[in-house]
Amino acid sequence: MRYAAKKLAMMLLTMVIVSFLAFLAFQIIPGDPTARLLGADATTESVAALRAELGLDRPFFARYGAWMQGALRGDFGRSYSYAMPVSELLAGKIGITALLTAVSFLLIVLVSLPTGVLLCARERPGLDRAANAVNQIIMAVPPFFTGILMTLVFGLMLRWFVPGSFVSPSEDFWRSTAYLFFPALAIALPRIAMTVKMLRASVRGELDKDYVRTAYSRGNSRWQALYRHVLRNAVVPTVAFLAMAAADLVAGSVVIEQVFSVPGLGRLLLTSIANRDYPVVQAIVVILALWVVLVNGGADLLNQRLDPRLRLS
Amino acid sequence: MLKSKRPRRMIRGGMALSGCMAALALLGTVWTPYSPTAMSGAEKFAPPSWVHWFGTDQFGRDIFSRVACGVGTTFFIALGTVLIGAVLGILIGAVTGYFGGWIDEALMRLNDALTAFPSILLALVFIALLGFGKYNVILALGVAFIPSYARVVRTEFARHREMTYVRSARLMGASHGRIMLRHILPNTTQVLLPALVIGFNNAVLAEAGMSYLGIGVKAPDVSLGYMLSESQGYMMTAPWYVLCTGAVIVLLILGASLVGEGLQERRGQ
Amino acid sequence: MKRKFALFLALCMVCAVLGGCGGGSERGGAEGSNGLDDERKANNEIVVAIPQDLADSLDPHGSMSAGTREILFNIYEGLVKTGPDGELIPAVAESYRISEDGLTYTFKLRDNVKFHNGAKVSAEDVIYSLQRCIKSAGNTGDSALVSALSAIGRDTLTAGDDNTVSFRIDRPDPELIYFLTVAIVPADYDQLDTAPCGTGPFRFVSRSPQENVVLEKFDDYWGEAAAIDKVTLRIYTDPTALVLALKAGSVDLCPHLTAAQTAQLGTAYTILEDTMNLVQAVYLNHAVAPLDNETVRRAMCYAINRQEIMDMVADGHGVAVGSSIYPKLTRYFLPELVDRYPYDVEKARELLAQAGYPDGFDLTIAVVSSYQPHMDTAEVVVEQLRAIGINASVQPMDSATWINDVYVGRNFQATITGVDAKNVTARAMLERFVSDNGKNFINYSNAEYDALYAQAMASASEAEQTALYRQMETLLCDTAANLYIQDLADLVAIRGDLTGLRFYPVYVLDLQTVHYE
Repeated sequence: MRYAAKKLAMMLLTMVIVSFLAFLAFQIIPGDPTARLLGADATTESVAALRAELGLDRPFFARYGAWMQGALRGDFGRSYSYAMPVSELLAGKIGITALLTAVSFLLIVLVSLPTGVLLCARERPGLDRAANAVNQIIMAVPPFFTGILMTLVFGLMLRWFVPGSFVSPSEDFWRSTAYLFFPALAIALPRIAMTVKMLRASVRGELDKDYVRTAYSRGNSRWQALYRHVLRNAVVPTVAFLAMAAADLVAGSVVIEQVFSVPGLGRLLLTSIANRDYPVVQAIVVILALWVVLVNGGADLLNQRLDPRLRLS
Repeated sequence: MLKSKRPRRMIRGGMALSGCMAALALLGTVWTPYSPTAMSGAEKFAPPSWVHWFGTDQFGRDIFSRVACGVGTTFFIALGTVLIGAVLGILIGAVTGYFGGWIDEALMRLNDALTAFPSILLALVFIALLGFGKYNVILALGVAFIPSYARVVRTEFARHREMTYVRSARLMGASHGRIMLRHILPNTTQVLLPALVIGFNNAVLAEAGMSYLGIGVKAPDVSLGYMLSESQGYMMTAPWYVLCTGAVIVLLILGASLVGEGLQERRGQ
Repeated sequence: MKRKFALFLALCMVCAVLGGCGGGSERGGAEGSNGLDDERKANNEIVVAIPQDLADSLDPHGSMSAGTREILFNIYEGLVKTGPDGELIPAVAESYRISEDGLTYTFKLRDNVKFHNGAKVSAEDVIYSLQRCIKSAGNTGDSALVSALSAIGRDTLTAGDDNTVSFRIDRPDPELIYFLTVAIVPADYDQLDTAPCGTGPFRFVSRSPQENVVLEKFDDYWGEAAAIDKVTLRIYTDPTALVLALKAGSVDLCPHLTAAQTAQLGTAYTILEDTMNLVQAVYLNHAVAPLDNETVRRAMCYAINRQEIMDMVADGHGVAVGSSIYPKLTRYFLPELVDRYPYDVEKARELLAQAGYPDGFDLTIAVVSSYQPHMDTAEVVVEQLRAIGINASVQPMDSATWINDVYVGRNFQATITGVDAKNVTARAMLERFVSDNGKNFINYSNAEYDALYAQAMASASEAEQTALYRQMETLLCDTAANLYIQDLADLVAIRGDLTGLRFYPVYVLDLQTVHYE
C-alpha cells in the first residue's frame, strides 16, 4: 500500500515536471500566437491589447499557476486558432487516436505471441533464418515508408481500402475501425518484429536451463516442455516489453496519422505547435504524458505480480 | 552448441555491411561522380543508367552522388545522437545507480518526465530556437535518447554496486569516480554495446521520421531521411529515386542491427 | 522439390494479381471504378481536398489565412462581390449610385436576400457589418482597408427608408467600391467565430478540426442557386497522402496542386491551370548591406533565370512577373517590365564588380520550410546566384518563426515568399512599399515612390490613379527592389465528369457553378 502511494506520488510529480517543461518550451521558442490571430500586419497596440486579453503579458510563473489551477479543474482553456474550448476540440480527437492505438496493440499481441511461440516450437534452422531475416528487414524500414507502401499496395493496387476516406468513429464506428486497420498495422509491424525477437530470445534462454532438461528427461516432448514450463517464465520479460510498446504506440501514431490522413491527436499536435496554439499543445502534451506514465506504472505493477523476485525492491 | 558460430558470423557480416556504408559515406565527403547540388533541367528524372547509376531527381541532380552525401550526413547524425544520448545517459545512469538515494530520485523523475515528453515537441523547440540543420537534429534526438541509456546503465550500476569486487575496491580506498569509471563501467560494456548499436539504428529511423514531418534535415543539407521523405512525393513518376534511397537506408540499418544482434547473442551464450 | 515449386507458383500468382490490379488502377481512379464516386454523383455532392487545416477563427472580419479566406468566399458576400474577370457584381446590394462629386454612395439592397439563419438582410445588418469590419480591420493592421473604410465614418452611415444604405466620404476615392466586398453578417449574431452565417450560395453546416468542413447549398439564395447540394472540404495536410487519396478516387476536386503532384495522377482527372494571384520573389531587405546598393540588386536581377526556375520547379508552369503586380490585375500589369532584366550572367558579374563586390558576398535566404514551391525555388535560386559568385544559402524555418523574425522583426537578408492581394486594387499590392507602411517588411525607402503614392491616394480620377500606380510599379522594377520571379501556377485536378469551376483574379475557390455533367 505504501508502495502504491509512493508510486502514485511519483507519477504526479512526473506529470507536473512534464507540464512545466511544455510550458517552458513555449516561453523560449520564437513565434507569437497573436501573429496568427491578428495576422502578420497587426498594429503593435492591438497586439498588446490581445496579449493582455489572453493573459500573455503576465509573468511566466503566474501564467503557469493559472494554467495549473484550470487544468486541475479539468479546464484547459480555449484554443486560440479554433476559437473553441480545448476540451471540446480534443474530445473528438482522443477517441480516434485511442482507437488507432487499441487496434495496433491488439495486432501486436495477436500476431507476435503465436508467431513467436510457433517459431520456437520446433528447431528448424531454415525457417529460423528466414524469420530472422524478415524480422530484421521490417525493423529497418522507417514506419512512414511502410505506411506509404501499404497505401500503394493495399489501397491502390488491391483496393482493400480507399486511402483518404477516413470517417470518424462517432459517425460510423466499424467503418472507422476498418480504415484504421492498415495505419494500425503500419505502427504495429516493427513492434511485432521486436516482440517476436524478444519472445524467441527469452524462450531460447529458458530452454537451455536445467529444469527444462529435467522435463525432457522425464519424457516430455519439446512442445510439452515449452507449453508446461518454459512459456510461463519466458512471458515475463515479454509482458514488460509489450507494456513499453504500448507506451510509445501513441508517439508512433503521430507520423502514421499524417501518412493515412487520420485526424487524430498527433496531427492536431503538429498543427497546434505550428500555430503556437499553446493551450491545445499543453493539453495534448499532458494527455500523451499521462498515457506513458500510466502504462509504465501499470507495467511495473504487472511485472511484480508476474515475477515475485522483483517484489522486494 | 550448434549455434555458437552464428553470433560471430552475424557480427562479421554486419561489420562488412557497415564498413561498406561507412566507406560510401567517406567517399561522399571527398569525391562524388557529380556535384550533389548541380542541377540540370534537361536531365530531370532520368532513370538509372551507366551515366547516372541511381538516376536523377526532380532537379536533374545525380541521385548516387546525393545518396553518398546523404549517407555521410545520416552517419554523422546517428553517431552524434548516440554520442550525446550515451554520454549524458551513462553519466546520469551511473550516478543514480551508484549513489542511489535522493540524487537517484531526482534524476530519475527528470528521466521519467523526459520519457513522457513528446519528442516531436522537443525537436521543435530546438528547431524553432536554432533553426533547421543537422546539428539541431542531433541535439534534439540526443536529448530524447538520454532516458533509454540512463535506465539501462542505472540498472547495471545498481546491480554491480553491491558486488564484492566493488566493495573491496572501496575498502582499498578507491574514490567513487574511480570505481565507477575504472571498475564498474568496463563490466557494463556487454550490456551497453548492443544498446549503443540499437540506438544508432533508432537514430537513423527517427531522423527519417522527423524529416518526413518536416522537422528534420532541410534543403541545403542532404540526409537519407530527407531524401526518402522527398522522394516519396515522386514515387509514381520516378520510382528509382525512392527505391535507391530506401534500399540504402535498409542496408545501413541492417548492417548495424546484425552487429547488435550478434553482440547480444554472444552475451547470451 | 514439389513444395518449392508450389511456393514458386503461388508467388507468381500473387505477382500476377498485384500487377493486374496495378494496371487496373491506372485506368480506374475517379471514373467510377469504386462505388463511392458514383454514390457521390448520385447524391449530387462533392469532396474537395484542401491542403491545409482551417485552423482559424471563421470570423470573416478577422484575420485569416488565405486558405480560410478562399473557402469563406462561398459563404459570405459583400454589398458587391468580385467577379471572375475582376469586375464588381452587385451582391447584397441590387444597385449602387455614386454621386457626381464621388462623395456620396447609395446602395439599394435587394429585397430577397436572406441570411443562412433565415433572417432577411436589413439596412441595420449592413451598417452593423461595415462598422464591425472597420473596427477589426484596425486591429489586424489591414491599413488599406482601414484607410478605405474609415473614410465612411460611423455617423455618415445611414439607413434610408426604402431599403437603402448611404454614406458620405470626405474626398473621392475611386478604389473604395472594391473594398466594399467585405462580408455582410447578421447584426447581433455571436457565433461568427465558429459557425459562419452569411448570404452566399453555400451555408456552413459543420467543421471538424483537422478533418473537414461541410457546406450545403443554400436554398433561399437570392441569385442562381448552387448546382451541388453538399460540399465536403476534406483536409489533407500531407502532400503524398493527398496524391494517394486522389489516385484512390476519394476526392472530386483539388486546387493548388504542384506540377509534381499532377504528374502522378494519370488520366482520371482533368487538370486545369490557373495562377495563384500572387507575386513570388526573392524579397530583399533594403536596410542591410550590400542589399541597400541598387547596383548589387540589379546585378542579382540579371542573375535570375525565371524560365529555368519555372522549368525546374513546376515543369514550366507559372507566369513571369517583373514587379509587384501580378498579371491578372490587368488594369495595372505592365508586361514590358517582365524582361527589364534579361538573364545575363556576364552583365551581372560586371555590375557586381562595379558595385565593389567582384568576389560576391554571403547571402542567406530565409524560406518557410512547409511550402514546397518556395523551398524548391530557393534551391534553384541559390545555384543561380552561385554562378555570379554570390555564396547564397537557404535558411529554412517554420512559419511562426518566419512571421516573427522575418516579416514582423525584419531581421533577414533575403526571403522567398509570395505576396498576394485581398481585393483587385493596386493599393493592396503597392501600398506596402511606402517607407513608413507597417507592412513594408523589406524596408523599401524611396521618396519618389512615397510621393507617387500620396498623389495616387489624393487622386479623384480612376484613370489618373491607374497611371500613378503604373509609375510606382515601374519604379519598383527600375530600382530592382526585389528579384521578381513569377505568379505561381495553380493546378486544379477535377474529376472528368465535373465542370463549371471559375477562376478569379483573387485567391478564392468559387464552388457555386461547379456541377456534374
